[in-house]
Amino acid sequence: MPRRTMIEAIRDAMDVSMGRDERVVVFGEDVGFFGGVFRCTQGLQAKYGKSRCFDAPINESGIVGSAIGMAAYGLKPCVEIQFADYMYPAYDQLTQEAARLRYRSNGDFTCPIVVRMPTGGGIFGGQTHSQSPEALFTHVSGLKTVVPSNPHDAKGLLIAAIEDPDPVIFLEPKRLYNGPFDGHHDRPVTPWSKHELGEVADGHYTVPLGKAAIRRAGSAVTVLAYGTMVYVAQAAVEETGIDAEIIDLRTLLPLDLDTIVASVKKTGRCVIVHEATLTSGFGAELSALVQETCFYHLEAPVTRVAGWDTPYPHAQEWDYFPGPARVGRALLETMGA
Amino acid sequence: MADAGMLRFHVPEPEVRPGGTPDFSNVPIPKAGSVPRPDIDVDPRTIREHAFSIIRVLNRNGEAVGPWAGLLSSDEILAGLRHMMTLRTFDARMQMAQRQGKTSFYMQHLGEEAVACAFRKALAPGDMNFPTYRQAGLLIADGYPMVTMMNQIYSNEADPLKGRQLPIMYSSKEHGFFSISGNLATQYIQAVGWAMASAISNDSKIAAAWIGDGSTAESDFHSALVFASTYKAPVVLNVVNNQWAISTFQGIARGGSGTFAARGLGFGIPSLRVDGNDYLAVHAVAKWAAERARSNLGPTLVEYVTYRAGAHSSSDDPSAYRPKTESDAWPLGDPIVRLKNHLIQLGVWSDERHAQAEAEILDTVIAAQKEAESHGTLHAGGKPSTRDMFEGLYAEMPPHLRRQRQQAGV
Repeated sequence: MPRRTMIEAIRDAMDVSMGRDERVVVFGEDVGFFGGVFRCTQGLQAKYGKSRCFDAPINESGIVGSAIGMAAYGLKPCVEIQFADYMYPAYDQLTQEAARLRYRSNGDFTCPIVVRMPTGGGIFGGQTHSQSPEALFTHVSGLKTVVPSNPHDAKGLLIAAIEDPDPVIFLEPKRLYNGPFDGHHDRPVTPWSKHELGEVADGHYTVPLGKAAIRRAGSAVTVLAYGTMVYVAQAAVEETGIDAEIIDLRTLLPLDLDTIVASVKKTGRCVIVHEATLTSGFGAELSALVQETCFYHLEAPVTRVAGWDTPYPHAQEWDYFPGPARVGRALLETMGA
Repeated sequence: MADAGMLRFHVPEPEVRPGGTPDFSNVPIPKAGSVPRPDIDVDPRTIREHAFSIIRVLNRNGEAVGPWAGLLSSDEILAGLRHMMTLRTFDARMQMAQRQGKTSFYMQHLGEEAVACAFRKALAPGDMNFPTYRQAGLLIADGYPMVTMMNQIYSNEADPLKGRQLPIMYSSKEHGFFSISGNLATQYIQAVGWAMASAISNDSKIAAAWIGDGSTAESDFHSALVFASTYKAPVVLNVVNNQWAISTFQGIARGGSGTFAARGLGFGIPSLRVDGNDYLAVHAVAKWAAERARSNLGPTLVEYVTYRAGAHSSSDDPSAYRPKTESDAWPLGDPIVRLKNHLIQLGVWSDERHAQAEAEILDTVIAAQKEAESHGTLHAGGKPSTRDMFEGLYAEMPPHLRRQRQQAGV
């Protein structure tokens, strides 16, 4: 099976979707002729023409707002916000319009759009190229929020998102674009070509939204993670030797609660890991759900490892980013070690 | 040289406040028929004056004059009059229903009836409006059932939106009326996107965007003009300048730009101002703009100069911020009276027939109201189910909502 980077997998997902359905259109800043600042749309304009893949003015509200209008017409726009940090001007359109169009019109109009945005830190991106705003989407009724962690899933989830009848926020951890990253910034990064999840089938396939994946089966503690933190958790588990079960959530909303509950009931312990700031982060929702659903099975408090409650700094990148050492300590503490 | 001392902060003020005498003598009103009608493929740079003047057809004597006149038959004009009268009667009854506690909220169109009613007749089946909350004339003029509108206003068991939306936030895809949102200006860029989609699909349908004078200050107004200009989207960008944004006079949103139409010039969009109380002028300009869009010539911006004669909403008291008699002083008059006089002048209408029509329309509206109220009002009778609250958010209900619906016991 061919190996692809996450960038190539995402591009392939759009290529496959555009080839199968002429209603799929792709646009955003620098997305057309140039093929995107991360190369995710390279070649799509040449292949499908300017009517299907085109450059947009630098106006996030305009990109999302026009996509909503296109979706109301009957197209299936898959648009890009260059960095998740720059989605805020579009927040009104996403939360008040895209999320509610089906509900408020009782299905008279619907909004099958996908909004792709590179997310996450670990790249010396500073305050506005590192944010993880997923909790600002999971809090919004009517949106679906997806965060892939590898090329195979990225392609399958993106095709599923494009085919989904509802608006999907598709957060791409840019730290994972070229290879998995476990937080060991002092070591060379392995490319996806050397990783089994870099195997990406040609053609059409989907990874269903709302289904988590167990990345490592274990019996001692459940780790809930997504995006880059899946690899950080794996490194922390290897380094501590704790037999943890690592769940890659993949879709944050709708959430695969069944898989989480089954795991925590088995292990009796739960550590939640995300890059986003701690307070009111998605980890708080996960923690509350685990407490509500697994209370009598818990042998230790549910623990969260997250970004500190500060803007994402530049020079202090590795003091901020929740790396394997911090995750490892949380695992040991949860085990009572 | 200007005074280089302390800076002074500028906040625009309307000419007159409550207690003052309304005075619009400084508002220049060009003579009916005096503004030329350009070809639809005009170079926008050559019609800059259209963004500062006012296109008018009906003169003081009720005659239709000038290059924008003569597009409608007397039967079509009579139908237009009936639509405006229906909307005004509908408004009065629903305003009263709100006062009676049958609904929580209402917004009237008083004085602005010509704008949406006349515009609707310039569109073709399949075209899509992206209205604000003050364009119900689009529905009335397209024959949307009044009972259904009232069912929505009453949030009753027959409400097509299942009680989920605030009154008057209608939605009808079938009637080319996009779902209304409470968030101002959002629909303006969505209309442009819809028009882009029609062009992408090599369709023949066009979109119409709607916004008020106050909301032009929202960033989505700018977004819409940029996108419409960049992609030459087949969209008519309507600005309804009724002089007021709740308590805020139009100068707060307009600043020193002269007119709202003038905003379009900087985007290279042909921009025209029209007498919003002149049914024939509104229709003629709308038709011109729609033809431009349909001919792949791109967007047009139209500013309708009108006056919000009623309160902003059922929750508003305009006497707190403007003279009570200001609407009487408005130089462009009342759209219904002006069209009525035109029809009388044409010899196809009379005061007697008008009074008779008023009575008939009132009967029709009251009959619709009775039917709607048989399905319930906000606090009495049939209502949407609690189950409806959970449904229709996603195409398929996700597990967490199913759990919550169960917790709610429905």
